[in-house]
Amino acid sequence: MENQEKQWMTVIKPKTGWFDIDIKGLFRYKDLIMLFVKRNFTSLYKQTILGPLWAIIQPFLTTVIFSVIFGNIAGLNDTGTPNLVFYMSANITWAYFSSCLVSTSNTFISNSAIMGKVYFPRLVMPISTVLTQLISFAIQFVFFMCFWVFYLVQGEFTPSWGYMALTPLIIIQMAMLGLGFGVIVSALTTKYRDLAMLVSFGVQLWMYATPVAYSSDIVIEKLGSTWGQVYMLNPMTPVIETMRYAYLGVGSFNLMYYLISWAITLVVLFFGIILFSRVEKTFMDTV
Amino acid sequence: MDQNTIIQLDNVSKEYRLGAIGGGTLRGDLQSFLAKVRGKDDPNSKIGQQKAAHNEKFLALSDVSFSVQKGDAVGIIGHNGAGKSTLLKLLSRVTAPTTGEIKIDGRIASMLEVGTGFHPELTGRENVYLNGAILGMTRAEVSRKFDEIVAFAEMEKFIDTPVKRYSSGMYVKLAFAVAVHLDSEIMIMDEVLAVGDMTFQQKCLKKMRSVATEEGRTILYVSHNMNTVKQLCNRSIVLSKGHCIYDGDVDSAITIYSNNSEVLNEKMQDLTLIKRPMNVEENIRLTKLYIDELEIPFGDDFNFTVEIESGEQFDNGMIRTVLKDMAGNVVGTAHSNTFNVFKGKSQVSLKFKSDRLLAGRYYADMSLCKFDGEIQTRLDVVQKAFTFKMEESDIIYNRCYWGNVRFDKMEVQDCHEI
Repeated sequence: MENQEKQWMTVIKPKTGWFDIDIKGLFRYKDLIMLFVKRNFTSLYKQTILGPLWAIIQPFLTTVIFSVIFGNIAGLNDTGTPNLVFYMSANITWAYFSSCLVSTSNTFISNSAIMGKVYFPRLVMPISTVLTQLISFAIQFVFFMCFWVFYLVQGEFTPSWGYMALTPLIIIQMAMLGLGFGVIVSALTTKYRDLAMLVSFGVQLWMYATPVAYSSDIVIEKLGSTWGQVYMLNPMTPVIETMRYAYLGVGSFNLMYYLISWAITLVVLFFGIILFSRVEKTFMDTV
Repeated sequence: MDQNTIIQLDNVSKEYRLGAIGGGTLRGDLQSFLAKVRGKDDPNSKIGQQKAAHNEKFLALSDVSFSVQKGDAVGIIGHNGAGKSTLLKLLSRVTAPTTGEIKIDGRIASMLEVGTGFHPELTGRENVYLNGAILGMTRAEVSRKFDEIVAFAEMEKFIDTPVKRYSSGMYVKLAFAVAVHLDSEIMIMDEVLAVGDMTFQQKCLKKMRSVATEEGRTILYVSHNMNTVKQLCNRSIVLSKGHCIYDGDVDSAITIYSNNSEVLNEKMQDLTLIKRPMNVEENIRLTKLYIDELEIPFGDDFNFTVEIESGEQFDNGMIRTVLKDMAGNVVGTAHSNTFNVFKGKSQVSLKFKSDRLLAGRYYADMSLCKFDGEIQTRLDVVQKAFTFKMEESDIIYNRCYWGNVRFDKMEVQDCHEI
């Protein structure tokens, strides 16, 4: 009894290895994740008249503006599909990714009050944020489908039915990519607030490097093959392209770029989580 | 190793860097870093600042070791800045120690603040589930205990109202009820009982007591209120300046805590050594203090002299002393008459009639003010300026029921038979 090594449930040490990530602990807190999702969502639209309708109004107005400016005036939609569905398909997809990134990027700073008082696996926060955004995306997606069916019946385009099965995969990938970048930024902003300034602005710039406001064919044509390839390395480009190809039958689906995009996603998420776990133990001292 | 040990700390230290942590911006840190590489002065350091001062460190906890057995109720006491909250933060895994190791065998429910994570827009019911989950319970566990929680908080009527409509007392009750009904092996409480009414406080203490004795759960309790520590705990740890200076029974711990005053205890004191709060005049200072007697026989007056250094002359100086007991509770305040303060040094002798004070040790915060007949303008403030001890009085006075001040004897005006 005396010399027997006791099995401790928790051992708190000053620092742990880089790869010490508590996935099991995260699973134990799955109820908390769901409750945070519920909290985030209900509190988002409390005391608003239109409620969850706001989830639709925003992308709808953006789509209308994009259709007028980029579609009609600039003529950046050369695919022959109606502007409304062409822009909405990309807009809601991009909106989901960017909201995941932006809202997870301030995890530590905006939650420092609660995290300074009680322990729970810190990853619970960004994960629940990403899931909350998923609800908005679902609402927007249903809204998009209404327009889609309307134009489909009129025979404006022919979707690539088989590729529509990729939809869940695309959503998961965007969630992972947004989460990955978001937690990297949130881990770095515990010390340097500069990045927080960069995020919302950077995401906006990023959108213009992604075929949201235009079809990728136009850009690749202009850029030539070398820069066109670089352009395709943007992990969000194949995502938007695949969405449009599946639902509207425009553009193309390039398996190689799609897999590269996945590889980038996994690498970003992996580094993000490692960095996040590294920072979460002592961020309270610096935030 | 004892199988009943539930928490063990081995040489735990926590170090904080004083001052600004990093430059705060990436640019600032890069500048500092580049300057260091090129061997130049840091452009972000203040002029005249010593290099060492930039990396000044502060040990909030140094080399603390102890272990806690299952079912113990441990009171952690100490003056402000002794390291109590840091210790609780480490134990509840909010931040990690700088050196040392903490081993814990069980789930911890920590209440470092009442109602952590309560969301004002959600109803009481939703918040109970959310709070329970934050503290590590699953949904099923909360459901099982839900009725018990609501009954304990006496909140049946309001449970479906958003908590932003609650009074602060209701808020506290509900939050405490959740924490105390957790199935965790260890409970950490940081002065949460300071809020809420007396009846509820007593109810909480009783519940915590029973949680420790009957359910065999372990409690770590931090408070400045010695009465609650006495009621609740069977063991106490005294912290002082980051060190653990006592570990043992509660009564001795409280005595040690009371005597471990950080107030200087000399007949002559150099008040310039005491740090001032921010908002005081620059050129007027209380510099020295002479005390006639550090231990005052009951009924005697307390006499002291202060030296003032001033850049200007004025005729309406005034000394204010705020008397506090060793637990930090204000006992009362005494003002002086106005006096002349000369340009340069002046000396003022004061007599404080202390015959209404009970026996015991007191300390005082002293301020120098200007008094224009209506408004007192603070010129200098010295916290914990001096300490003294009143000796035992003739009759036994029951402090715990009768308070800290004994007024003059009531005069019997008339007494006759009717």
